[in-house]
Amino acid sequence: MATTGEQEVLPKLVSKDFVSNQEVKWCPGCGDYSILKQVQTVMPDLGIPREDIVFISGIGCAARFTYYMETYGMHSIHGRAAAIASGVKAANPDLSVWIVSGDGDAFSIGGNHFIHLMRKNFNVNYLVFNNQIYGLTKGQYSPTSEKGKVAKSTPFGSIEEPFNPSELALGARASFVARSLDRDPKHLQAMLKRANDHQGTSFVEIYQNCAVFNDGAFFAYSDKETKKESAIFLEHGKPMVFGENDSKGIKLDGLTPVIVDLTQPGNSVSDLWVHDETNKTMAHLIASFFDTSYNGVHFPRPFGVIYSEDRACYDDMMKAQIDELITRKGRPSLNKILSGDKTWTIL
Amino acid sequence: MEQVLENNLSNTATTIEAESIVIRFSGDSGDGMQLTGMQFTDTAAFLGNDLSTFPDYPAEIRAPIGTTAGVSGFQVHFGSREIYTPGDEFDVLVAMNAAALKVDLPRLKKGGIIITNTAGFDKKNLGLAGFADGANPLTDGALDNYVVHKLDVTKLVKECLTDSGLGMKEIERSKNMFVLGLLFWMFDEPMDYTLNFINEKFGKKPDIANANIKALKAGWNYGDNTEVFTTRFKVNAASLPKGEYRNITGNHSTAIGLVAAAEKTGLPLFLGSYPITPASDILHDLSKYKTNNVKTFQAEDEIAAIAAAIGASYAGDLGVTTTSGPGMALKTEAMGLALMLEIPLVIVDVQRGGPSTGLPTKTEQSDLLMAMYGRHGESPLPIIAASSPADCFETVYEACRIAVEHMTPVIFLSDGYIANGSEPWRFPTEDQLPPITVKFLTEANGPEGKLLPYKRDDLFVRPWIKPGTKDLMHRIGGLEKQNETGNVSYDAKNHEVMTHLRAAKVEKIADTIAPIKATSGKDSGKLLVLGWGSTAGAIKTAVRECIAQGYDVSHVHLRHINPFPKNLGEVLASYEKVLIPEMNCGQLLQLIRAKYLIPAIGLSKVQGQPYTTSELRNKIIELLK
Repeated sequence: MATTGEQEVLPKLVSKDFVSNQEVKWCPGCGDYSILKQVQTVMPDLGIPREDIVFISGIGCAARFTYYMETYGMHSIHGRAAAIASGVKAANPDLSVWIVSGDGDAFSIGGNHFIHLMRKNFNVNYLVFNNQIYGLTKGQYSPTSEKGKVAKSTPFGSIEEPFNPSELALGARASFVARSLDRDPKHLQAMLKRANDHQGTSFVEIYQNCAVFNDGAFFAYSDKETKKESAIFLEHGKPMVFGENDSKGIKLDGLTPVIVDLTQPGNSVSDLWVHDETNKTMAHLIASFFDTSYNGVHFPRPFGVIYSEDRACYDDMMKAQIDELITRKGRPSLNKILSGDKTWTIL
Repeated sequence: MEQVLENNLSNTATTIEAESIVIRFSGDSGDGMQLTGMQFTDTAAFLGNDLSTFPDYPAEIRAPIGTTAGVSGFQVHFGSREIYTPGDEFDVLVAMNAAALKVDLPRLKKGGIIITNTAGFDKKNLGLAGFADGANPLTDGALDNYVVHKLDVTKLVKECLTDSGLGMKEIERSKNMFVLGLLFWMFDEPMDYTLNFINEKFGKKPDIANANIKALKAGWNYGDNTEVFTTRFKVNAASLPKGEYRNITGNHSTAIGLVAAAEKTGLPLFLGSYPITPASDILHDLSKYKTNNVKTFQAEDEIAAIAAAIGASYAGDLGVTTTSGPGMALKTEAMGLALMLEIPLVIVDVQRGGPSTGLPTKTEQSDLLMAMYGRHGESPLPIIAASSPADCFETVYEACRIAVEHMTPVIFLSDGYIANGSEPWRFPTEDQLPPITVKFLTEANGPEGKLLPYKRDDLFVRPWIKPGTKDLMHRIGGLEKQNETGNVSYDAKNHEVMTHLRAAKVEKIADTIAPIKATSGKDSGKLLVLGWGSTAGAIKTAVRECIAQGYDVSHVHLRHINPFPKNLGEVLASYEKVLIPEMNCGQLLQLIRAKYLIPAIGLSKVQGQPYTTSELRNKIIELLK
């Protein structure tokens, strides 16, 4: 610590400063490699000293992430990372806390902690690597697997509806909901930065390819031939356009989304729905572009910041309440606490 | 009534000095018996009596009115001598209805005093209590062996509050104050404490405050003015050690024990908890101490509660989680994680009757083997148990010391009996509390500036390294670790080494524990009664009574159960027989037999009720015959 009162000038960190000395052990072709790379790439730009960054993970392939980051980290138990991270943040709100989880870890065994963290709004970042399959246990369907999924434990197809994580998070009153994917490094980096900047729980769902058990589950959103038609990349304040050469757009007919062909006369970009990430009603509509169809029309999968809301964080309020109480009531001495209000003396 | 009131002569009742008295306040769950009992207790405490209390209430908040299932009891034993138990039998039974009488009469001493509210003995109440059609104990001679005072408390209270402007329901709620006033008169105790209490509690509702005060005074006057009561009792102050006292319940002393540990260490206290009977009061109490560096977090479930506490400890707070049996079961996996991480954590288990939901409001000591073995893998944890309401303070403070100084989760066992029960406590001052040493690693501890997160000291303790500490970034987790480096390791031999190291670390705690000795009786002899936890008061009383009768019996009480004090084997070998009474089927018994290979004798009680002194005395005498 510099004692002159001046800030110690730190050499600018680079990506490799965030690479730990542990050998990375994911399967070849795993989307986790790209996510790790993007996280390590954006970290230096966040301007946070490495010792103030903590990664907390649960169990699963994604959870090994913590070992590979040259920061503080805890690889904990299945599903509980969100609760552990809450305690870390409550103990030291100055830390930059990142939760890394998979779809089973976050939405199945950790589902309760997931929804309550969204509601409580600790100022942490929650990255869920969604590959729609259980990888580490070798290929069972997960709570985000599509209905009908044939997997190890569902040889005749799953009969369950999957979670739509964005809707789940919004339903749990998340203050920040975004979606990105492993195969779009630039977009993912941008989302990571947005998550870091957001004050509150920042939930980023990251579509991640499992090359072994669910290969290609999300290729439609990244392959050149299909991406334009099947995905829409949201930008705040920009009209909702997608398709080859931005030829399509989404417009609102009341509260019903409608896809319009911008190449047809009479359809104009100026009539389109302009994305407002602070509008919760709109966020719910966008999040529903999943398996919901409107008037039989299927909508492109949205990527980007779906919703962002300024709301007080749990850790700030916890601290503020304590500070306010100390100001108002003072701090009783331990002796006062030991004696309580009513004592008697035996002589 | 009018006539009696006019006859305002000073009362002619004779006063008898009593060494100790047991009163049982018993009524419907809504009759306010807990509050009445507590007011009586606090007043007796202020007068210098030693005492012990036992709230005994149903799990339902409002069980069906008038039934035996809905009976709520509060027992207080107060005296001019030292008191260690709430008493086996009552001298006085206050029965607000027929169900209360039915439930508690069996434990009233023959010739004891019964004060009843006759309004609670109408046909409906008698039926609800399960008395046969036409039977009424108040009139059919069933109570001939007792001194029975039949008062229509409901009517008396109505009469005295007709002008209060309150509705019937509110008037009836003051019944308990009338009874309390009468008991204050009977035991020659002042009403001041309760008058203050009423004024404080109902400060914003003067109507209610006045009604309660009027009812309280009316009760006193009823005793003083009617000549129905011919005897009053005087229980003189006890000759307790000099000093300043307060009355305290186990849950409250647990809460302030934790606060004290936080203040003494300078570590912020983080409590992660989920409401559960009978532990919730610790959460309630701690949430009031936010001005003293206490953070309380009511989590979404038991697992999140311990997980958040683990996170807080990892980040440098003193992490604590509080629960009871069902919550312990849910927390076991996370306990294993904390054990593997080797970070401080205090796990408070206020035991209740089990298994499953069991008897939520009743007491039991049946979580000991779960605390000892209830995790997968080889996963030893220190276990420490409190022996009385006030002892919860010192014991939980000691739990914090072990957690912080030995970098381990510690299980602190209390139970429903001492958690809700109370006793006078000669509380310590801050400077009398033993120090707790906290060390955070601030620079690399290995060769060439290398960090070794799992490098151990002489007591096999690893360093505590807070996130935020420059240049000490490292990763820890639940996977097995390489010795010293803490890196993930699947090496076969390493796993064995680490398993033994974790066990040795817990064993080493015994180096810091004082040797144990008999607190009653001799250091050797015919019979040792070995106890742990809340049986302490009953064992102590029984053993001292037996010694007074010439029996060769001694009492050793364990606070540290894992590891045991180092000299325990020696102590056990000094007696011909060892008796271990427990409120379970013999859990400490198994541990002692297994470790010391002695034929210890068990005494078991699993009724959701604490031991009576006589149960223990009878067993002691049987073994010494």
